[in-house]
Amino acid sequence: MHGIDHAFITSLSEEGLISITVENDDEYIEEEQLPDLEIYTRWHHDMGINTEGIDAIRHLVHRLRNLQTELNSLRARLTIYEEGLK
Amino acid sequence: MAYIDYYKILGVNKNATDDEIKKAYRKLARKHHPDLNPNDKEAHIKFQQINEANEVLSDPEKRKKYDAYGENWKQAEQYEQARQQHQYGGAGSGGQYREFSEGFGDEHFSDFFESLFGSRGGRRAESSQVKFRGQDYNAELHLSLRDAYNTHQHTLDVEGRKVRITVPAGIENGQVIKLKGHGGAGVNGGPNGDIYITFVIADDPKFKRAGNDLFTTENIDLYTAVLGGDVTIETLSGKVNLKVKPETQQGTKVRLKGKGFPVYKKEGEFGDLIVTYNVNLPTNLTERERELFKQLKDLQNK
Repeated sequence: MHGIDHAFITSLSEEGLISITVENDDEYIEEEQLPDLEIYTRWHHDMGINTEGIDAIRHLVHRLRNLQTELNSLRARLTIYEEGLK
Repeated sequence: MAYIDYYKILGVNKNATDDEIKKAYRKLARKHHPDLNPNDKEAHIKFQQINEANEVLSDPEKRKKYDAYGENWKQAEQYEQARQQHQYGGAGSGGQYREFSEGFGDEHFSDFFESLFGSRGGRRAESSQVKFRGQDYNAELHLSLRDAYNTHQHTLDVEGRKVRITVPAGIENGQVIKLKGHGGAGVNGGPNGDIYITFVIADDPKFKRAGNDLFTTENIDLYTAVLGGDVTIETLSGKVNLKVKPETQQGTKVRLKGKGFPVYKKEGEFGDLIVTYNVNLPTNLTERERELFKQLKDLQNK
């Protein structure tokens, strides 16, 4: 399905990035995991990143998003003090 | 509409091999890929250009057409007709199935690309009966601070469909909400995509927000500051009377419990409102006033 290389999905599963459900010898991927699988596949195809790299990037992007949220709230807080300097 | 130099975008020369193109594309994608540059519109635009260049140069048919007619794109129509006469009719009728690796929410090709290759770029159709998850959409919803104060309904226009959402009070600037299954339709019974809505809350002239607390500045005159008195201040939940203590200093802060912003998804809970007093000194004094101030000064100097 999706034309994704089976070996790639297996290696994602081995790295713990997605989980595969086996039922009567058929392998399934839960629907909730499709968006993640799509993202990892894009990284693999578009950028040539291997599974270990995907795991590292996943953590970095998560940290980046948290930092952006923190930056937003610090910016909001800063405007209060800038107001006092006018 | 301008000619786009796809070779220049990928930084390769016109004789570049498929391998060199792939390598150049991947190198640039690692830098500008939207997944690695969240909330960065410039990177997003840059990646679209790289993606488009790769779409053309990595496909032998498209590359051939681009090389032959790129700079004279207006003649491309004739080329297309001539080419089709040599081909078995009707093959590759256009991409109902999008390619998996291109599953971006808002994928756009330039006018130049579309005039040369058509609006879907004549994508290769994949085998039928394969299920695809629908496309995810990204949208921004702009609200005023006062909108975000109350839980309210909002209607979004998504590709001609109306989607009604409830925006809970206390939503944060930059917060993203996912509407599961409201994105593009799945193909062959595949699940629908999702919509990701990013909330952008504009600055308010009167109130600054930090988390659930609101900050505001209230001007009071010198006499109220010195002698004390009553002031009426505006809050987001209505007017409030405050007693100003005698001898209130410039910059004094007062915390009003529960008069701040509602806490997201916690009904009945609110942050605080912090009021900073700004004391306005009198100007354009009359002779009499000046005399009285002088007397005050003399009293201090004794």
